[in-house]
Amino acid sequence: MKYQERKDAILLLQDGTVYRGKAVGKIGTATGEIAFNTGMTGYQEIFTDPSYFGQILLLTPSHVGNYGVAHNDVESEGIKIEGLVCKKFSQEYSRPAGYASLQDYFVENGKVGISDVDTRALTRHIRQSGAMNAIISSEIEDLSELKNKLNLVPSMDGLELSSKVSCKEPYFFGDENATLRIAVLDLGVKKNILRCLVERGAYLKVFPYNTSFAEMEKWNADAYMLSNGPGDPSAMPNETKTIHQIANSGKPVFGICLGHQILAISQGLKTIKMHNGHRGVNHPVKNLITGKCEVTSQNHGFVVDWDSAQNREDIEITHQHLNDNSLAGFSIKGMPVFSVQFHPESSAGPNDSRYLFDQFIENIRTHKSK
Amino acid sequence: MPRDNSIKHILIIGSGPIVIGQACEFDYAGSQASRSLREEGIIVTLINSNPATIMTDPVTADHVYLKPLDAESIEFILKQHPDIDAVLPTMGGQTALNLAIECDEMGIWADYGVKIIGVDIEAINITEDRLKFRDLMVKIGIPMAPQQTAKSLLEGKEVAQEFGFPLCIRPSFTLGGSGAAFVWTNEHFEKLLDAGLHKSPIHEVMIDKALLGWKEFELELLRDKNDNVIIICSIENFDPMGIHTGDSITVAPAMTLSDKTYQRMRDMAIKMMRAIGDFAGGCNVQFSVSPDENEDIIAIEINPRVSRSSALASKATGYPIAKIAAKLAIGYHLDELQNQITKSTSAYFEPTLDYVIVKIPRWNFDKFKGADRELGLQMKSVGEVMGIGRSFQEALQKACQSLEVRRNGLGADGRELTNQNQILESLSRPSWNRIFHIYDAIKLGIPFKTIQNRTKIDFWFLKQIEELVLFEKEIEKYKVGTLPKDLLFQAKQMGYADRQIAHLLSCLESEVYNIRSEMGIQRVYKLVDTCAAEFPAKTPFYYSTFEEENESIVTSKKKVVVLGSGPNRIGQGIEFDYSCVHGVLAAKEAGYETIMINCNPETVSTDFDTADKLYFEPVFWEHIYDIIRHEKPEGVIVQLGGQTALKLAEKLERYGIKIMGTSFEALDLAEDRGRFSRLLSEKKIPFPKFGVVESAEQALTLSEELGFPLLVRPSYVLGGQKMKIVINREELEHHVVDILRDMPDNLILLDHFLESAIEAEADAICDGKDVYILGIMQHIEPAGIHSGDSYAVLPPYNLGDFVLQQIEDHVKTLAVALNTVGLINIQFAIKDDLVYVIEANPRASRTVPFIAKAYNEPYVNYATKVMLGDKKVKDFNFTPRKEGYAIKIPVFSFDKFPNVNKELGPEMKSTGEAIRFISDLRDPYFRKIYSERNLYLSK
Repeated sequence: MKYQERKDAILLLQDGTVYRGKAVGKIGTATGEIAFNTGMTGYQEIFTDPSYFGQILLLTPSHVGNYGVAHNDVESEGIKIEGLVCKKFSQEYSRPAGYASLQDYFVENGKVGISDVDTRALTRHIRQSGAMNAIISSEIEDLSELKNKLNLVPSMDGLELSSKVSCKEPYFFGDENATLRIAVLDLGVKKNILRCLVERGAYLKVFPYNTSFAEMEKWNADAYMLSNGPGDPSAMPNETKTIHQIANSGKPVFGICLGHQILAISQGLKTIKMHNGHRGVNHPVKNLITGKCEVTSQNHGFVVDWDSAQNREDIEITHQHLNDNSLAGFSIKGMPVFSVQFHPESSAGPNDSRYLFDQFIENIRTHKSK
Repeated sequence: MPRDNSIKHILIIGSGPIVIGQACEFDYAGSQASRSLREEGIIVTLINSNPATIMTDPVTADHVYLKPLDAESIEFILKQHPDIDAVLPTMGGQTALNLAIECDEMGIWADYGVKIIGVDIEAINITEDRLKFRDLMVKIGIPMAPQQTAKSLLEGKEVAQEFGFPLCIRPSFTLGGSGAAFVWTNEHFEKLLDAGLHKSPIHEVMIDKALLGWKEFELELLRDKNDNVIIICSIENFDPMGIHTGDSITVAPAMTLSDKTYQRMRDMAIKMMRAIGDFAGGCNVQFSVSPDENEDIIAIEINPRVSRSSALASKATGYPIAKIAAKLAIGYHLDELQNQITKSTSAYFEPTLDYVIVKIPRWNFDKFKGADRELGLQMKSVGEVMGIGRSFQEALQKACQSLEVRRNGLGADGRELTNQNQILESLSRPSWNRIFHIYDAIKLGIPFKTIQNRTKIDFWFLKQIEELVLFEKEIEKYKVGTLPKDLLFQAKQMGYADRQIAHLLSCLESEVYNIRSEMGIQRVYKLVDTCAAEFPAKTPFYYSTFEEENESIVTSKKKVVVLGSGPNRIGQGIEFDYSCVHGVLAAKEAGYETIMINCNPETVSTDFDTADKLYFEPVFWEHIYDIIRHEKPEGVIVQLGGQTALKLAEKLERYGIKIMGTSFEALDLAEDRGRFSRLLSEKKIPFPKFGVVESAEQALTLSEELGFPLLVRPSYVLGGQKMKIVINREELEHHVVDILRDMPDNLILLDHFLESAIEAEADAICDGKDVYILGIMQHIEPAGIHSGDSYAVLPPYNLGDFVLQQIEDHVKTLAVALNTVGLINIQFAIKDDLVYVIEANPRASRTVPFIAKAYNEPYVNYATKVMLGDKKVKDFNFTPRKEGYAIKIPVFSFDKFPNVNKELGPEMKSTGEAIRFISDLRDPYFRKIYSERNLYLSK
């Protein structure tokens, strides 16, 4: 073993701020909207979460990569983030259950990153200035060239991205003899949502994001799951129509994150782009029905507008984020339809909210026995 | 639900004297809890027998009882305050919990209508009774190591036969792993089984299959009345299973846990806390994880109270566990409380860290000759330090710099061990220095696998240390003039001190300092904010690193720095934290912005709301100097932080930094034996004949002049380190050689020892002109027993007016002659009614808090204002409460070192102290300890 020197890399933000660091992963260039996630564990789950598609992700903990990567810790096939910004990037990893280092995983996935950045300063900067686009490069040193490339990157606002991560063809998941059948609308679904449903005795058919309600209806599911996914919910009018039909089907519906947002829009509620979004595994949410709190995993840059929901007689706000009092979940009164902004399937993050899957399954059983 | 308004007056039970396993973290917890409750308008009454605590101060509680921690005292207090409606026993460690159980069994709480809050007795019983605990864990499906209790030798042997060796024996209901041990052989097993059964108050031991080499983790939990639970911190032990957590190097957040395994552990911890009882408060859970692909998790234990680890977790995350736990105990829900750091978000959340902390315990084996220095299941450390950095390596280096073990960090200081056998032995039989020997082993080229096999430490941690060694080799290729900026910056980011870099480059520390200043490589300060910068934070809790952005904004106010006392150790304990805290409060009152520098996570001085600004940094020159350069304070207070702070005075003086109060010149005069005795002669104050030598040869010559017995000691030491009384030439020669081996080039002092003399000491405040004597204490033991180990009686119990007059005169003369501005402590030996001065220390002494408590006056506050020049001695209206006598009782932790010579001498061995008030000298307690004096005289 000997001391190893690493290649330099550069990070340029839309507002002109520059950070210098060391190259991680493939030598190359990556662009996207920069966002920070404060989770201290679960980097592999986060990197493979399709909701992060199109983003350059800044991880706030000091070290990333300590326990390498493992086959079971993926939320989709491969890394979905565009690029990584971190402080210390571990070349060596320690985990008997792991099969590769994070470095090898990045190279294998063709992803670019930058380490040894003052990530705390950068987080404070993003916190104050809000979400913006950024470019990372370990091959281009010329700032004006980087700037030109960065200017070509579209804003996340009004961007539809489910088409980039959703399945192209429907597929089945779980045991076909299971008693419950759930149709999943894949807007960029995390594997763990599917696992959580299958564990609870469901057989799933996962449909591409743009499947029509008529097409989905043919499978005669007992219920509908509206998945998470990337992008701006207001840029998806067709999916909104489909979800409106799903909500009106009378069957139980459960929406998560992007699915939740589009469900809200389909009910005439508004979504707004947040200054910074919520990304981490320590987000406090209060269940307004039970009065209990839960620590949740969150990843969203848009949120359902509280004011648009609070005076609606047909809508019940069920969950509230305790830090900024934003809307974190609602249900349609008198119908087995509910959704949450956070990730009850967690991975990464705490399992406090798994009860929502139980509730969904119970809704389905109740509905079936009617 | 808002707070329970039926609670109006709460009794908090403290943890008593400092012993190994229960240290000043409970002063931190108790005082935080007390302040938190008083914020709510609740009256707080506090009981603790330890006078050197902030919690027992009028600034902390409404009513303070410095009484023995027993049922009798509790009943006395409840009679005095019939309105006490609740007791909070979770802030005073195992001592407070045990006392609460005892009072519960006696029906005292029921009789006085007092409810227990913060825990329930059943929960304590379950967690302390290993059999009950195990049954419960089995019931709720939490795996544990194969384990069984035994109440007799026969039962124990049967268990051993079933499990096979190695095994671990733990006596039930003991503190800090007392009596716990690993056994590999049958003979050893029988001996330890017998000892363990005796040690347990209920004659029961738990025998576990030893999970040596498994990884060890801890989680800190908080739960409210609504059953909401949050995890404040995950802590990973660098040292795997087999070493008591109190003796393990620990790291937060956990470094090598995947999310899947961490979440399983989190779920288990929550399930366990819910299973042991329905209470609102804090809880600590320990787990072990198999170092294989299964990542099996096994529960080790759960403590339903604030613990040493929760104090560490509070400092590591910024989340004030004790403060919030106290609020939860009176009924608040977590979502009704604010995050104390951001003041804008909810207290119901889980802190996230964008830095790493490393805690390293501080041991004092040199004080316990003959002690088994190998670390194991029983805690042996006396204190701890915490390093904060933006990486594990930086935090590790800073922790090593904080230890004050004459190292400049980990490695790169020329003090490496190169003896292969010694290193290998140390790797598998860990003692205080294993971390250094791991570095040495890598540097020496001992195969990585061998190091891993012997230490069982996780690969990732060992690789981090390997990276340091490899990096140093790169640095060594350069000279100070040729070192590229990149590498120097990287070295600083990895936590290397200028001194270490200087060692690698073979140049002077100042040269490294100069080139890094030229290159613009400066320390920046980052905030500990619980949320990784997601939200703005208000709390001024900083650590340094080398990066781009500095967050510590300097104000235009006049400022003063208070230097803390670093890790607790024998001779320098909680007393100095007490003084630092009071110094900070007094300086605030005097209009200063106060800046605290300390690295001891167990203390009140490092609480984020003690000083205006807290720099959680090593009390190590480079760090202090950089803070001073950054903040530009008016001066620095060195008198309050014990020897740690005081020994930095010379360098401060050299760099032109103002020392508040007594000047370095005067501090040095008191320490320099030659100059000091010339001063004594000049002032016609008697002192024992003495001399200074540099070798054993000179010592022998000098001894002829001074005459035996002789007191031999190195100069500039703490707590009587290496101090010994010798009675003949052979002993003298031996001891001098001994000292010079361990402390080469140190000057050695030889004093003629006054046999059978009475010992006394006095503390005083002086403003350079006027002197006020705070108190005179007479020791029960004759001269020759270290003052820290002596019973001290305030005021003297049998010194005549003639003697007292001499003492007062000497104190006044010396305080003025030394130009003391602030505190001074002077020690005396009295023989044939003649008072000799043994030594003078112009700084806060170990006894100042004791006198302040006994006389009920804020002496450190006064002294600080005098140091700052804000007040003169004449400005204070001294009205000490002088009733009867107060006795300072030394408390020892010998039970942790069964084979150690318990005989007392000039070298201090006690770990803590208690105070006891007596009304007159007929008091049976006084008579008992006084009669023991004769025992010493007969020797």
